Amino acid sequence: MVTTSTPLTRSMQRRQSRMLKLLDSERFLASAMLLPAVAYIVLLVGIPLVTAILFSFSDATMASPEIDGLNFDTFITVLNDPVFRRSLGNSIGFTVISQASMVVLGNVLALALMKNFPGKWFVRLLILLPWATPIAIGAIGWLWIYDSVYSPIDWIFRQVGLLGIQGDHVGLISRAPNMYWLGQYGPFSVILVQIWRMLPMSTVILMAGLSSIPQDVKDAAEVDGVGFWRTYFQVTVPLIRPIILVAFLFGVIFTFTDMTIIHVLTRGGSDNSTQVLASYAYYKGIDGGNLSQGAAIAVFMLPVLLGLAMILLRIARRSEVR
Amino acid sequence: MAVVETVKLSKHFNDVKAVDGIDITIQEGEFLVLLGPSGSGKTTLMRMIAGLEKPTGGTIKIGDRVVNDLPPRLRNVAMVFQSYALYPHMSVYNNIAFSLRPLGMTRQQIDDKVHWAARMFSIDHLLSRKPRQLSGGQRQRVALARAIVREPDVFLLDEPLSNLDAKLRAMARDELKQFQRQLGVTTIYVTHDQVEAMGMGDRVAVMSNGRMHQLGTPQVLYQSPADTFVATFLGTPPMNLVETDSCLLGFRPENFLPEAAHPDTPHPLVIDFHLTRVEFLGSDRLLYGTIEGADGPVKVVGDLPSVIDYTPEPGTICPMMVDRRHLSYFDKSTGQRIAPTPFALRGLRDPAGTA
Repeated sequence: MVTTSTPLTRSMQRRQSRMLKLLDSERFLASAMLLPAVAYIVLLVGIPLVTAILFSFSDATMASPEIDGLNFDTFITVLNDPVFRRSLGNSIGFTVISQASMVVLGNVLALALMKNFPGKWFVRLLILLPWATPIAIGAIGWLWIYDSVYSPIDWIFRQVGLLGIQGDHVGLISRAPNMYWLGQYGPFSVILVQIWRMLPMSTVILMAGLSSIPQDVKDAAEVDGVGFWRTYFQVTVPLIRPIILVAFLFGVIFTFTDMTIIHVLTRGGSDNSTQVLASYAYYKGIDGGNLSQGAAIAVFMLPVLLGLAMILLRIARRSEVR
Repeated sequence: MAVVETVKLSKHFNDVKAVDGIDITIQEGEFLVLLGPSGSGKTTLMRMIAGLEKPTGGTIKIGDRVVNDLPPRLRNVAMVFQSYALYPHMSVYNNIAFSLRPLGMTRQQIDDKVHWAARMFSIDHLLSRKPRQLSGGQRQRVALARAIVREPDVFLLDEPLSNLDAKLRAMARDELKQFQRQLGVTTIYVTHDQVEAMGMGDRVAVMSNGRMHQLGTPQVLYQSPADTFVATFLGTPPMNLVETDSCLLGFRPENFLPEAAHPDTPHPLVIDFHLTRVEFLGSDRLLYGTIEGADGPVKVVGDLPSVIDYTPEPGTICPMMVDRRHLSYFDKSTGQRIAPTPFALRGLRDPAGTA
């Protein structure tokens, strides 16, 4: 069959080739592909951020959400609020303690999971589960574990004789004392959940780091005969230091800004012993309707996180082995 | 310095027999080369001697000790890796000193040793550099210095020259051999490069598929290969193999010469050679063509040195001769070397003189 190019097919070809040219143009493609991400950031991150900053300099409330003038009055009020100061201390304390422990535990776990042992896939699955679970669901699980009366931890403690006398109960209710995990041990319990929450991610990041160390270098250290600890602290850790920092940075950002765990477990605790900035901002601004104070509390997290991110990224870049 | 001995040493990875019953004894101060194509098990064998792989069966002895269950650090072996495996975050000094640190030496003793090793490889001016600031050749020297600084009993080298460019490699070969002589340390050297093996090895072990085909000096390997694998693995171009009625006949290209160029050889084997192409390589000319084997024409190659002022004409039948002393005979089914046997070939000029 002989193909003849009629005016119609020719114009179709022309249109097609214009289309192809457009799809080949990097300029067009770059903007087209970036547009959704830019729109997303502007609408869901940029505008709320600017609004929050504006609110924090105003005296807006739910009842009168207008911004009439900008001043530092709200910040002064917030800084004088003892609960705010407690929340700030808790936020920093919980984050530092949980993430420091997490880096240590994550390293141990990552090292263990790099070895071959029977049932490894199952252990890996178990360790990854917390990450795949929605935070709220996980936190509800922990709420039950920490239950003031029926806590399974208390039950185990009682069984091994650490808590009261076994069998001392009326009906099903034990007369033995309880630990009240979310009461006096509230901060400890919250930190434990934060570690549990971030451990899978840091383990996976650290495993990626460990497997990036060339096998030859590990073999060389083994033949050099320097032993496990010296190899670990003088070869492995220096080589994965940037990756440890990345894991730590992510953990800090997630933990510092998290309010779900506090909200589900303690709502800050009756004496605000587990109140953190994120939860306090929510209770003040949304539950309490004081938009400006809620915004001001939330804005306090911004410089801390920005500064931290900059410092850590700089250290990471410097210690990168090129 | 020690004798290394393996007895029936084997390593299986699931169903794959990476090393399949190797018996080998490496003498004190000897330079032994493990030569074979990739996948032949030579690196696995070396890694077992180093203690980086656990053998499936057999024993390894270093000196008087059976070291099967000893970790690498108690074997007093040193290894140089193909990638050099320098610690990238440490200075050259610390790379070399690293293995000395757990030995409880004083700072001064360590310093003396590092400088001794660095001077030996002329890298004492590089001690404060990081590996990434070094050239390939310098890295290789650092890796060698790091290996000898502990004065190991056994020196293991895993293709240490293959990351160097060709020019540097020839020089490094010569230097490495000299250092080994100076130190007199038992050395096992893994390579797939027959030039390195022939040039450096006191003895060479040829391996393939986890088995050792032949162990001997480079001369023995070259002149009387134990089987057809060794015959065709060594030499460029490899040994010609021609099937006759009774055996496989092997002869090296450089021994396969135009009769006209060597009229005075006693008892030569003269064969009709259908010359198809002549390749000029500077010092040599390669003659490509066929001779009549038992099952039709067989491709063979002749290597004619350029000092011989004679070039046969492509497209003609050229009488070629081999000195009978240079013939190798192999069994047709097993490929093993056998004693000279009578044979018949169609293209022979002098059938009466066979064998």
